[in-house]
Amino acid sequence: MAYAMKGAETAGRAMAQDGLARGRRRSSWLLLSPAVGMLALWAFVPLAMTLYYSFQRYNLLYPERRGFVGLLNYQLMVTDPSFWTAIVNTLLLVLGVLATTLVLGTVFALLLNQNFRGRGVARLMVIAPFFVLPPVAALIWKNLLFDPLNGLIGWLCTLMGLQPVAWFTVHPMLSLVIIVAWEWTPFATLILLTALQSLDSEQLEAARMDGAKPMSRIIYIVLPHLARPMAITVMMESIFLLSIFAEILTTTAGGPGDATTTLTYLIYIRALLDFDVGGGSAAGVLAIILANIVAFFLMRAVARNIEE
Amino acid sequence: MANLELRQVGKWYGNYEAIKSVDLSIADREFVVFVGPSGCGKTTLLRMIAGLEEITSGDLLIDGVHANAVPPDKRGLAMVFQSYALYPHMTVAQNMGFALKMAGMPRAEIDAKVGEAARVLQLEPVLGRKPRMLSGGQRQRVAIGRAIVRNPKGFLFDEPLSNLDAALRVQMRIELVKLHQALAATMIYVTHDQIEAMTMADRIVVLNRGIVEQVGTPLNLYHRPANLFVAGFIGSPKMNFFPGRVQRADASQVVLALAGGETFIVPGPESPPAVGTELTLGVRPEHFEMAAQGPLAGTVDVVEHLGVETLVYVRLASGAIVIVRTDDLSRVRVGENVSLALRAGRASLFDSSGAALFHAMPE
Repeated sequence: MAYAMKGAETAGRAMAQDGLARGRRRSSWLLLSPAVGMLALWAFVPLAMTLYYSFQRYNLLYPERRGFVGLLNYQLMVTDPSFWTAIVNTLLLVLGVLATTLVLGTVFALLLNQNFRGRGVARLMVIAPFFVLPPVAALIWKNLLFDPLNGLIGWLCTLMGLQPVAWFTVHPMLSLVIIVAWEWTPFATLILLTALQSLDSEQLEAARMDGAKPMSRIIYIVLPHLARPMAITVMMESIFLLSIFAEILTTTAGGPGDATTTLTYLIYIRALLDFDVGGGSAAGVLAIILANIVAFFLMRAVARNIEE
Repeated sequence: MANLELRQVGKWYGNYEAIKSVDLSIADREFVVFVGPSGCGKTTLLRMIAGLEEITSGDLLIDGVHANAVPPDKRGLAMVFQSYALYPHMTVAQNMGFALKMAGMPRAEIDAKVGEAARVLQLEPVLGRKPRMLSGGQRQRVAIGRAIVRNPKGFLFDEPLSNLDAALRVQMRIELVKLHQALAATMIYVTHDQIEAMTMADRIVVLNRGIVEQVGTPLNLYHRPANLFVAGFIGSPKMNFFPGRVQRADASQVVLALAGGETFIVPGPESPPAVGTELTLGVRPEHFEMAAQGPLAGTVDVVEHLGVETLVYVRLASGAIVIVRTDDLSRVRVGENVSLALRAGRASLFDSSGAALFHAMPE
C-alpha cells in the first residue's frame, strides 16, 4: 500500500515535471523566435530569391520576356568557358594569398616575438595594413606603387636601370595576390604572434638543452606549436578571400580579358553589367555550392587538427 | 662523472643583484639540494649551471674545465624542468629520443637507448603516446627519461615534484633517490620544500636573497644551523625564537632575561658572553617538554593531534606563541595552564647579527 502510494506520488511528480519541462520548452521557443526569425529573414529570403531567379529567364534589358526556364541558366553557365576560368582564377587568388600570408605571417610573428627596441612601434606598423579599407588599399597599390610612370616600384626600377613594369597588364593576377596578401598578412601575423606567446618557454629551453640549434628549434618545436593556429588562419582567411571584390573592381575590373575575373566578380558582371538576373543568380547558386564543398573539406581538416 | 665548482659566481639583472658571489664545490656523484624561499635565487643559480642563464661574474668549472661560455648542450648536463617541458606534439619515444636525434645518432641506436631508458622507468607501455595522454607521474618519468638517454654527467632538477599530488610526491622522491644510486651521477635539485631537501640530499645548500647561508648535510643543518635564517627555515614546525639579554654567564651556563620577563638558564659556550649582550635563544619544538615547574609558563591556545605526535601552541604572558611537539599520549587541553622546560638541555644561542653562537647538545 505504502509502496503503491509512493509509486503514484513519484509518477505524479514526474508528470508535473514533464509538464513543466514542456512549458519551459515552449517559452524558450517563444523567447528565441525573434532572433531565429530575424536570421531566417536575413539568410533564407535572399537565398530563396536567388534560387527562384536562377530558374527564371529574367534580363533587365528585356524584362517582358520572363518565365520559368528550368536548368537553362545553369546549363549556359557551366558551358561558358569564362565560368571555368573564373573558378581557376578564384583558386589562384585564394591559394596564392593563403600561401603568401602564412609564410610572411610566420616570419613576422617570429621576428616580432623577439625582444628589441621599438617592438611596440614595429608591431603597430605590421598590423597597420589591416585597418586600410580594401578599395583604398587597392588604389594605393595601383596609383602610388605599381604605376609604371608615377609609382614607387617603377621609380626604383628606373633607378637601377631596369624597365618599369606595367604590373596590371603583364602580371594582373600576381599584382592582385600581392595587394590582397598585403592586406591579410597582418591578420595571419596577429594570430600566429599570439600563438607564439603561448608557447611554453621551458619547451624551448629544454630543446636548447637537448642540443637543438635555432633553426631546429623552429622546425621541431615552434612550427608544430603553430599548426593549429595556422589551420584556423587558413579557414578564416578562406571565408573572406572567396568573396574578394573591391580590390578587383578598383584595379583590373576583371581584366585584361578575364585574367582576374573571379567567381565573385563574374556574378557581378552577369547580374549588374549584363543585367542578366537569371544568369547571375545561377552563378551565385553555383558559387554557394562550391564554397560549401571547400568549407566541408576545410572544416574536416581543421577539426581533425584541433582534436589532436 | 662530474664535479662542479662555482667560484664567486654572481648574477646581475640590470641593477638588481640576484646572486651574490656564490662559492660552492659539488663532488662527483653527490646529491646536492638548493633550498630557500621563493625569490632566493636557487632556480637562477641552477639555470646558470645549466647554461640557460649567463653568468655575470665569477667562474663555473665542470670537471675542472672553465664552462662559463660552453653552450648548454655541450656541458654534459641534463635538466628536468618544473613544467616537465615535454614536446606536446611528439610521442613519448620521440620526446626521449629528441636530444639523440639532434646529435645525429642513427635511428636504430636511438631506439635502443630510448627502449633501455623506458624499461628502467617503466614507460614501455606508453612509448607511442603523446604527453597529454599521460598521468602526472608518467609525464614526470618521461621528463627524467629524456634526461637519462643523453647519458649526462650530471642531472639538474628544477622543482620537479611541485606539480604532483602529495602521495605521488613521496613515491617519486624515493624513486629519484633510487635513481641517483643506480645512475651514480651528480645531481643538483632545486626545491622550496625542506622535507624534500632533508630526505634526498647528501648536502643541502640554503640560499637566501642570492646568498649561500649554509652548506651542509641535512642533520648538520638541523642540529647546527649557522644562523637564525637557517635555523628558522630548516625544520617544521619552525624553531621557537626568544630575544633576550645576558644576565649572568660562566663557562657552563648562561642566564638569559627574556623580553617577556622570564629568566631562562641554558648551557652556554666555554667563553661566556658578556653580561648585557643581546642574544636570541632558539629552541626546536621537540626540545621543549611540559614540566611541573619550568622557566616558561602560558596557556594552551591550540592543540593539533597528528597521530604520531601532538603539536601544542602555548601563548606566553607576553603574547608570544611557543610551539611544543609532544608525543601522542599528551592529555593537554585547550585553555590549560602549562609550564615548559628544556628537554635534555637542548637549545641554540644566536648573537645580535643572527650568527650562531652555541648549540647546546648532549654528548
